[in-house]
Amino acid sequence: MSNATETRIITKRLRDRTEDSWTLAGFTASGGYDALRKALAMEPAAIGAEQVAAAGLRGRGGAGFPTGTKWSFLPEGNYPRYLVVNGDEGEPSTFKDRMLVERDPHQLLEGIAIASYAIGCNKAFIYLRGEFALGYERLEAARRDAMAAGFLGDNILGSGFDLDVVIHRGAGAYICGEETALLSSLEGDRGQPRIRPPFPAVAGLYAKPTVVNNVETLATLPHIVAMGGEEYAKLGVNRSTGTRIFSVSGHVNRPGNYEVELGMTFRDLIFSPELAGGIRDGRSVKFFIPGGASSQWLTGSDEHLDAPLDMDYVQQTFGVMLGSGAVMVYDDTTNPALVAWRLAKFFAHESCGKCTPCREGTGWIEKILYRISHGEGRPQDLDLLLDVGDNISPGLNAPFSQTTICPLGPSSVSAVVSLQNYFRDEVIAMCRATA
Amino acid sequence: MAFTNENLAVAQEILARYPKPKSAILPLAHLAQDQDGYLTQDAMREIAELVGVTPAEVLGTTSFYTMFKRDPVGRLVVSVCTNVTCLVLGGPEVLEHLERRYAGDTEVTIEEVECLAACGNAPAMQVNYEFHESLTPEGAAEIVDAYKRGELTARGVSGGQVGGGA
Repeated sequence: MSNATETRIITKRLRDRTEDSWTLAGFTASGGYDALRKALAMEPAAIGAEQVAAAGLRGRGGAGFPTGTKWSFLPEGNYPRYLVVNGDEGEPSTFKDRMLVERDPHQLLEGIAIASYAIGCNKAFIYLRGEFALGYERLEAARRDAMAAGFLGDNILGSGFDLDVVIHRGAGAYICGEETALLSSLEGDRGQPRIRPPFPAVAGLYAKPTVVNNVETLATLPHIVAMGGEEYAKLGVNRSTGTRIFSVSGHVNRPGNYEVELGMTFRDLIFSPELAGGIRDGRSVKFFIPGGASSQWLTGSDEHLDAPLDMDYVQQTFGVMLGSGAVMVYDDTTNPALVAWRLAKFFAHESCGKCTPCREGTGWIEKILYRISHGEGRPQDLDLLLDVGDNISPGLNAPFSQTTICPLGPSSVSAVVSLQNYFRDEVIAMCRATA
Repeated sequence: MAFTNENLAVAQEILARYPKPKSAILPLAHLAQDQDGYLTQDAMREIAELVGVTPAEVLGTTSFYTMFKRDPVGRLVVSVCTNVTCLVLGGPEVLEHLERRYAGDTEVTIEEVECLAACGNAPAMQVNYEFHESLTPEGAAEIVDAYKRGELTARGVSGGQVGGGA
């Protein structure tokens, strides 16, 4: 039996100080804002080019893009520039950013201050999911307390560096987690993605150079500065350095957020008694979705369960992604077509309507999966689904191609491809039984 | 006037946060909805005036977002998740039970919503955006009843409360 455990870095305070981790007093009593002080004594450019790059930090929101590289795309001499924090957590079964915002908001603010100093930004926006009422209250209180204590605002800690932070509430649109849609929304428009180029680094918020980073990415930053980038990079495996929070849910005994060192296997994450604790009622894994609703699925096979939490390995070997860190586990009683239908319904509802293949295709995928999963399927329906999917993501390969501006449409095809790869016989038998 | 005098002062404070006033449409719409229960036509006209766009543009933006209600809703908006974790752990049963139980109750509006980021304690719902997790159908109804009796209250979501202190 596995005895794998958590490696708590960004979740240490909120686990240790359950009574006051979100207050300024609790934060500073546990080393909070020390990293900001350390960063302000460094050359701004060195933070990205040396610390963050050496740490190998990659975005925790889904795409896993190297953070230091993203910062380096900002064109020189073009100001003002903005930092925009993506806190619009909406990827189904991802619940880590909500925890970080509700229970350690100062850690996020410290990361924002360090990143802003590093990239030369004096105004940062946090785009927070609209439904997070408690998170907003805690984050806003933290922002005001940090201002009053001199950790934000003018002349932070006597360094001459100024930073104004604005917390901006979304209003219930998953697509606003896509960075260009987020920027449109923040400008007061419908949250529809923009064609790239220009990339946000060149022309983002208000057409100014903009970096968009995820909550967990920024919450990691103070620890990289505190430990030193090279030291941080000793954690993890290959190009997947450090720790990540995995939101494990579904038919496991201990669902929840677990911060683990990258490189651990899915089996350890799902079965260790210290982590998700195995499958309820002693049942077995039928399949799991390893990186949020947008990822293709894996099964309970040894080959899949023993795969490491390594962003590049799972992408190259199985065409799946670690994405947002959501791991949804389903036991052998689960109807995979029903799960696929509910995901399709989600994507159809959240399609912004800008690109025809996604606007129309997600609706058709939902309708066909509805009839399959509700006893009205036809044996040829799975092939019909693949045909519709091919119009959104030609070739149906991962990493996916797309006929759309953003990845939402192609994401809706992941479940269809997974049914084809692992459950084709079961789905067709289901359709024959009802035909 | 759609906004109360007090909220108009908050609205001005919200506008001052942004380099461009149009960015304030979402926070102002949250403020108006917290005040009136839904986003009234009058509120959209006033928001348009405040940010310097047409009322149609305010409608165009706000109608994109599911949190904004353009028709009156009950005092209690109960949002039940049925996405893929809640799906297999009883979310649809919670939704069905609440829809049946509060059918015709003008004080309560039940809605099905997408993932609320509470999957560690599925199934989950929100009542006026306060989280309630690890639900059973009967337990969920008890929670809604507690709100009806005033034993539970919500903090509200509007950006306006930011300026208001506390």
